[in-house]
Formats: sequence, structure tokens, C-alpha cells
Amino acid sequence: MTALKALFARELALAVRIGGGALMAVVFFLIVVTVIPFGVGPDLNVLARIGPAILWIGVLLANLLAIDRLFQADQEDGSLDLIVMSPVPLEMTVAVKALAYWMTTGLPLTLAAPLFGMMLNVPPQALGAICLTLLAGTPALTFIGTIGAALTVVLRRGGLLLAILVVPLMIPVLIFGISATTAVITGPTPFLTPFLILVALSLFSLVLGPLAAAAALRASLD
Amino acid sequence: MFHGVSFSVEGGHALALRGPNGVGKSSLLRLIAGLVRMDAGTLELAGGAPDVPLGEQAHYLGHLDALKPSLSVIENLGFWATFLSGREAAREDLEAALDAVGIGDLASLPARYLSAGQRRRLALARLAAVRRPVWMLDEPTSALDADGQRLLFALVGAHLSCGGIVVVATHVDLPFATTVLALEAMR
Amino acid sequence: MGLTDLANPTRFMSYSARIIPWLWALAVLVLGFGLYMALVVSPEDYQQGATVRIMYIHVPAAYMGMGAYTLIAISSIGTLVWRHPLADVSARAAAPIGAAFTFVALVTGSLWGKPMWGAWWVWDARLTSVLVLFLMYLGLIALWRAFDDPARGARIVAILALVGFVNIPIIKYSVEWWNTLHQPASLMRRDGPSMPPSMLVPLLVMLAGVSVLFVAMHLSAMRNEVLRRRVRAMQITAARAAATAGA
Repeated sequence: MTALKALFARELALAVRIGGGALMAVVFFLIVVTVIPFGVGPDLNVLARIGPAILWIGVLLANLLAIDRLFQADQEDGSLDLIVMSPVPLEMTVAVKALAYWMTTGLPLTLAAPLFGMMLNVPPQALGAICLTLLAGTPALTFIGTIGAALTVVLRRGGLLLAILVVPLMIPVLIFGISATTAVITGPTPFLTPFLILVALSLFSLVLGPLAAAAALRASLD
Repeated sequence: MFHGVSFSVEGGHALALRGPNGVGKSSLLRLIAGLVRMDAGTLELAGGAPDVPLGEQAHYLGHLDALKPSLSVIENLGFWATFLSGREAAREDLEAALDAVGIGDLASLPARYLSAGQRRRLALARLAAVRRPVWMLDEPTSALDADGQRLLFALVGAHLSCGGIVVVATHVDLPFATTVLALEAMR
Repeated sequence: MGLTDLANPTRFMSYSARIIPWLWALAVLVLGFGLYMALVVSPEDYQQGATVRIMYIHVPAAYMGMGAYTLIAISSIGTLVWRHPLADVSARAAAPIGAAFTFVALVTGSLWGKPMWGAWWVWDARLTSVLVLFLMYLGLIALWRAFDDPARGARIVAILALVGFVNIPIIKYSVEWWNTLHQPASLMRRDGPSMPPSMLVPLLVMLAGVSVLFVAMHLSAMRNEVLRRRVRAMQITAARAAATAGA
């Protein structure tokens, strides 16, 4: 536990200090939200209708932005060798690193989403739903992204490849996140059904992500 | 990659892996550390914990120093000391380890301002901060000046006199090496 | 005291230390007077009621947001042409302040729009242009933060700042083209200001006050940046000194 706490503190410190990119994802998210109206026009009714989808896709893309560095930075400076050799199970290390990434990326994105939703004229009750679905769904996005980060750890230009590998795996999360949100705005389906499936997806990836990523890391070091 | 390699090292002794460039000294060291899987063969640490992999009872000092430039010198060392031992590292122990490699004055400096030799010393401080019976060192003298080498030899000497084991991959003569395993390229 | 004297960092530190307290005092005075005129004395708008008073914050903030970017662009020329270290310090100090003013302009603009349009945010041309300006500020700050060595980052960021500055009119006219629903700019017209003097005077006082506030904040931020660089230089010296002492 002490070792994992130290790792968590280190990951947060690295994200916040100079050279770390803690709030870059939020800025990228704002850019995505800003660019869409230039494409579809400033009509507030249209924006309100597609707002939840813009927000969810924006969060999905922004969350991918820096995740390729999750293990690559440690691989390049030799830290990964020591992490693998430590008594701490690699699965736990991966889970803690992913959790720290979520704290500095997924959580700020979730908190920014209602604010950006107001810019898209999304109705107030839907803003709450977006915040809630993102809170439940962003862990899934992060932990699935972790698998991609581990698969591409030794590749020099892994970032683009990572997106191609993991976005298909994120589609179910996107479907249930957006349908839970639109259920609040328009109905007729209840909110809870897609929301619970979303929570289940998150819990499943919380287990699958660290297992698969740890296996991929061990295979990459060989 | 390797075939017919066999060696044993006793406590208090140091084994040097020698051989021409590209023969696989570093790879053999990574194999012993458990970073690369072995296709066949065994490794045993007599008197060690039998169900713990050798890598978890050993220090590995590779070519890279495993430092984060934005963390301070003592934060870098403190993280590894805590992470590798599983216990909160005491500040006095960390400072003692930094003093042992001659960079005690730099404790609060961000690691990005260190020179290559100072970075190497900080990596070495890890060995002093966490006790492990086996040390695996890959070209430990690289980037070290004469003073740094002297500190390294003192550190290794103290480890050997406590009954520790050292396996070192090197292309230079090291005074503490008691046994030499000469690797030959396969034809 | 010529401009070349001020350009010496040591001189800059000693002069600025003397000037800054007076600037802050002046800013508080002018802004206090301006706020009193704007919030108490000035009349309500016959259409917008008291909401119009948001203008006395919104317009100066938007003007400072653009003014700070102009200052960054001028400083960037100083960095690229004369390679003067204080030019980069000036640009770097102005960026977060300009971003903050731009952010205030965005928030007040959105609050102002709520009773008029019924939505917290409307993609009208001026508000959208200010949002793009805000994004450009964030880009500049992020690029500065990506370099450990400020001297190495200086020229790179200066190039970005100038590219951004050249693009600002293009962006502005593109956004207006995209959205023709915007209101005409009401402060300056060829046939004189359309605003009654009872509103124009408080606005001009606020503009003056915010300008003084900006100069005070900018000089303070420049001092901080100079000190930050000195700390960094001393840390590097400490590392080098330890190396020679050890050998």
C-alpha cells in the first residue's frame, strides 16, 4: 500500500509540474467544443440537440490525447524496468497509474463538461446527466486507453496507432453514455437502464484494463 | 540467444561479465534480473526467499538512470526507496544515501539541472537507500568521474563485505570483480 | 533615464520596485471612482435596465484582452529582432494577465447575453472571436510551459505569438462572415459615439483604470518572472559548483 501511495503521489506531481500536461486535455476539449459550431452553424436549437454527443466525443478524444505517454515516459527513462522488478504486482501499478491519469484528465474533463454544455445550450437537467454519465464513463475510457498505451509502449510513434486500436473498444461506452443523457432530455427510454450498463462497462474495464496492460508490458520488455 | 552459460557466485563475491561489444552482456544481465524471459534453465538464490523471483531481491542498475527531471533529487530517490521497499523512506536515510554518493548538497534541486555524472550518482544512491542482497550493475562506471568511481567502489566494497553478491556487465577492469565470466560470440 | 537603462534587468528591478506601489494606488483610485460612476451614478438603459452596467466591466476586459495580446506581439518582435531577455519576460508576464482579462470578458459577455437572448452563451461573432483569442492565449501559455529553459522557449513562443497576431484580423473577419447576426460595434463610429455622455464617461474612466491596473499587474508579473529566472540560474550554478567541489 505504501508503495502504491508513493506511486500515486509521484504520478500526480509529474502531471502538475512543468512539462506535465494536467490541464491540456481540458483545453483540447474546449477547442473541440469551439470548432463544432463553426461546422454546423450557430443555431442554438441544433447545438442543443447534438450537444450531448459533442461533449461525449470531445471527452473521448481529449482523454486519448496524452495517454500514450502513460508508460512510454517510464520506458524511455528506464523507470519501467524498475517498476516491473519491484515486489508490487504490475497489475496494481498499472491500476494506480491509470487512476492518477483519470484524476488529472478524466475528472477535470467531467467537471468542465457542464460548463461547455452551457455554451452549446444544452438544457440544465441534461447538464447534470452529462456530468453523471461522464463520471461513470470516463474511468472506462481511461482504463481501456491504458491497454492501448501498454500495447504501443515500445513504438516511437504510438499515439496515432493507439487511437486506432482502442477507439473501437470505447464504442459501447459512448453508446450507453449518450443514450443515458438523451433519455433525460427527450425520453422515452428510462435513464437508469443505459446508465447501469455504463457503470457495468466501467467496472469491467477496471478489471480488464490492468490485467491486459500488465500482460502487454511484460511482453514488450522481452 | 545464450547457450551453455553457467556460473555461480558466492556471498561477498562479485562476478564480472566480460566480452566484446554486442556479445550480449547487457542482455544476460536483464535475463538474470527477470526482465527477459528464459526459455530454459534455472536461476537460484541460495538462502534467499524461494518463492520470490530473483529480480525482486536484486537491484538492477541499467544504462538509464530512471529519473524524472521535474522532481527534485530527494523526491526521485525517495520515490524509488519507498516503491522498491514498500516502506516509507526516512529522510535521514535518503540524505545518508545521497551523501554516500557525494550529492548530499543537491537534495532539493530539480533533477533536470544535474549533469550526466550527477544523474548517475543519484541512480547509484538507490542501491545505498534500499537493502537488497544481489546487485546487478550494467556499466556502472559510465559517466562517472574519478571521484564518482571511488565512491562506487566504496559502495560495492561495503556491500560485498556484508556478504552481498554483485553481478556486473563491464568492458573495463573493475578492482572489486573476483570472478570473470568471459562471453564469446556464437559462431 | 532612457529606454536602454530600463532594458537592463537590474535597473528594471530597482525602478519597477519604486513605481509599482504608486501604480497600484492609482489603479485602486481610478477604478474605485469608475465603479462608483458606473454602478451608482450612470443611468439604466431604457431597454436593458441595470444589466447594461455589465458593460462597464465587459468592454474594458475585452479591450485589455486584446491590448495584452498586442503587447505580447510587440515584445515578441523585441525577442526576435534584438533578442533582449526582458522582451521575453514582458511577453511571458503579459500572457496570463491577458488570458484572465479575456476570460472575464467571456464570462461577463455570457452573463450580459442571458437576459437578452435567454441563453448563457450565444455564438455571436464578437463573443466567438473573444473565445478564439482566449484559446490562442492558452496555446501560448502551454507552449511556454513545455520548455524547461526559458531562453530556448523564448524565440519559439515569439514566432507563435506573431503568427497568431497576424491571424487575428483574418479570424475576426472570418467569424463575422460566418455569423452575420452580430450587433454593430457601438463605441466608435464614424459619426461619433452613439452612447450618451452619461454612459460614455464612466466607461472611459473604467478603461483608464483597467489600463493602469494592467500596467501594475504586468510590471509585478515581470518582476516575478525575473526572480524566477534568477532562482533557476542559481540552482544551475549550485549543481555546477557541487560538481567542481566534488572533483
